[in-house]
Amino acid sequence: MTRKQRRLTLIGFAGGVLAIALGLVLYAMNDTIVFFNSPADIQAKNVQPGTRLRLGGLVKEGSIQRGDDQQITFEVMDAQSEIRVHYKGLLPDLFREGQGVVAEGVLESATSFRADSVLAKHDENYMPREVADTLKKQGHWQGEADAAPKTQ
Amino acid sequence: MFVEAGHFALALALGLSLIQFVVPLWGARANDPVLMSVGRATGLAVFACIAFAFMALTIAYVTSDFSVVNVVENSHSAKPLIYKISGVWGNHEGSMLLWVLILALCGAVVALARNSIPLRLQANTLAIQGAITIAFLLFILLTSNPFTRIVPAPAEGQDLNPLLQDPGLAIHPPLLYIGYVGFSISFAFAIAALIDGRIDAVWARIVRPWTLGAWAFLTLGIAMGSYWAYYELGWGGWWFWDPVENASLMPWLAGTALLHSTVVMEKRDALKVWTILLAILTFSLSLLGTFLVRSGVLTSVHSFAVDPERGTFILVILILFIGGSLALFAWRAPLLKQGGLFAPVSRESALVVNNLFLATACATVLIGTLYPLALEVVTGEKISVGPPFFNFTFLPLIIPLLLLLPLGQTLAWKRGNFLGTAQRLYMVFGISLVVTMAIFAFEHGGPVAAPLGIGLGVYLVLGSFNEIVARSWSRGTPLAVAWHKAANLPRSTWGAVLAHAGVGLTVIGIAATAWGVEGLATVRVGDRIKAGDYEARLERVVPRMEANYRDDVAVFTIFRQGRELGSLESMKRLYVTRGMPTTEAGIMTVGLGQVYVSLGEVAADGSVGVRLYHKPLVLLIWIGSLVMALGGGVSLMDRRLRIGAPVRAKMVPAAAVPAE
Repeated sequence: MTRKQRRLTLIGFAGGVLAIALGLVLYAMNDTIVFFNSPADIQAKNVQPGTRLRLGGLVKEGSIQRGDDQQITFEVMDAQSEIRVHYKGLLPDLFREGQGVVAEGVLESATSFRADSVLAKHDENYMPREVADTLKKQGHWQGEADAAPKTQ
Repeated sequence: MFVEAGHFALALALGLSLIQFVVPLWGARANDPVLMSVGRATGLAVFACIAFAFMALTIAYVTSDFSVVNVVENSHSAKPLIYKISGVWGNHEGSMLLWVLILALCGAVVALARNSIPLRLQANTLAIQGAITIAFLLFILLTSNPFTRIVPAPAEGQDLNPLLQDPGLAIHPPLLYIGYVGFSISFAFAIAALIDGRIDAVWARIVRPWTLGAWAFLTLGIAMGSYWAYYELGWGGWWFWDPVENASLMPWLAGTALLHSTVVMEKRDALKVWTILLAILTFSLSLLGTFLVRSGVLTSVHSFAVDPERGTFILVILILFIGGSLALFAWRAPLLKQGGLFAPVSRESALVVNNLFLATACATVLIGTLYPLALEVVTGEKISVGPPFFNFTFLPLIIPLLLLLPLGQTLAWKRGNFLGTAQRLYMVFGISLVVTMAIFAFEHGGPVAAPLGIGLGVYLVLGSFNEIVARSWSRGTPLAVAWHKAANLPRSTWGAVLAHAGVGLTVIGIAATAWGVEGLATVRVGDRIKAGDYEARLERVVPRMEANYRDDVAVFTIFRQGRELGSLESMKRLYVTRGMPTTEAGIMTVGLGQVYVSLGEVAADGSVGVRLYHKPLVLLIWIGSLVMALGGGVSLMDRRLRIGAPVRAKMVPAAAVPAE
């Protein structure tokens, strides 16, 4: 083989691998990414039941109900609406009424959501960023300044 | 007093690194050996200054000097000493200081290598190191000063984030940073070669140990981070495809590719341009990782205070270095001479394939990590790209690579024979196939992934050691002779074999997770919870007080098929200062597997939510990583790397070269 042929083979092979990778990425982008929504988004966008999504908002005060064997339901709310979340499992350490939460799972109906994972924050100064942004957008952001010690 | 001195030392280091950047570079242009050797002295001095600054901050932490803002925010007088010390880098400012400390340490080591590196190359390399040091020292001094005082000084600190109060903090960040920052040396060497417009096998031989060392540390750092997340977060997972994890995986993938292409360059003088590009990309990905983690664009336990000014500053550094180096590459790379030829079927080609797959896999991880950020900036839409995406894109690219690995390792240099090579591996194919079938038959319709993955792992381990056997034993060789021959194979061969076998062990560990079982229940004292063959009985829940936290300790007895194995403790912990609860999982190691108990809330009536996992062979995931890093270490001790570089004879006393 000449140097030129060799180079063409290499480019052809590399192009093939890259094309496969690109195909995989595009396919996976369609299928596996999950959108973040607040309860109000779900109503506004008319999200269909059966859709997999991340639901974020505040845990409504007094809405937590515990059933047998770690069956838990609670309501996630934002300024405009709320959705009941069903979850079976251990809640994160910093899961609290009135605080931010992100649940990932499947929308069952316009008012009910089945979560397979529930995330709260990593430390007491921190609100999930998506939730904080949504609340800011809706004008209901009170800030964490009162809860968190000033750092600067 | 010490604190101000530390601050001053940092400023001094900045001035010195300016000299380190300008003078040697100028010296190399003017061909003046005196100016060129200025780089050495400044390299050592910069390290001394930054080490002093680091020590000053450490003293402030150890003595709980609450007149320093950084100490107030991240320490507490009742905190155990080890967390006072490791807490120095358990925050944004301190961790950046550790970053530049390691950067300066790398520079100092290059400066100390007086004889093994040609002066010109050394001068240019140290100048580039100086430039990186300038950028990050400016970043620290202008946006993230750890030495800021507070008046009046509070009586007590706010304590360290409880998730970080763990021995993992003492180990994981330094290892990871040595890996990240170690690649800066490969980068600096690559840029130096571009400036000079000259590159050869000697260059590859000088750079290879650096890449190898950085790679081994990065491997350890990632593995340690993974194990830490596994036991500390209480979710039982060891890898989440979290953007912060991806930020460390990307330089690892690129660095692995770099390691292999440097071998080709050293042995065959080929792939020069590609190797330079990889060295640039690897460190660029390290910088990108630093940006992602430190700027606050991602929220995780790693992102400390979010401050847009800092994010912008790191972004500017990122653009400057990546853009600048790629521009230099585009301008100078065509000057580099083409190297040796090789046939399409050869070890060189196999390593090209390795590089291609690793680089492509790295690119998919990059897309998956950056796409959500880009989409949010452009459309405002928030998405999450999680494990399904990465499993779907990353695995199809990595599995063919792993299948080809033993073949490539066995192929001859320059011109190989595919069929002949496959023949040399027939025993390996055979045994792996038998193992796979046997596991299939044994598990009676369990998950398909486990036997296939374990078969692949066994194939990798055997395929690696096949190299040793093939090179030391043939039919009729007495065992003693074969053993002697094997022991005398070059260390770099043993290193490669160990590293590849480590990959195999990790693959086995990952595949076996398919056999993991878990159970979830609300239990009271005396109740049992079951997961597969394993059961846990809650014996009692007792409170326990420690210096800065309070535990609710749940004691469990573990049974396998009704037989008692022992007991373990799982805890709900409350850190008093921050009022923050954490979960401390209870873990019992059974063989290479683990029984893992995570606690939920302890209710008022004494019932506890419990999740019990059994994870067979899970330890292999991390043992495999340790073996990989060990392989890197063994390869570093190769004779060729220790004494192979050209040395001026008069400077080496005869005794310095041991007869081997």
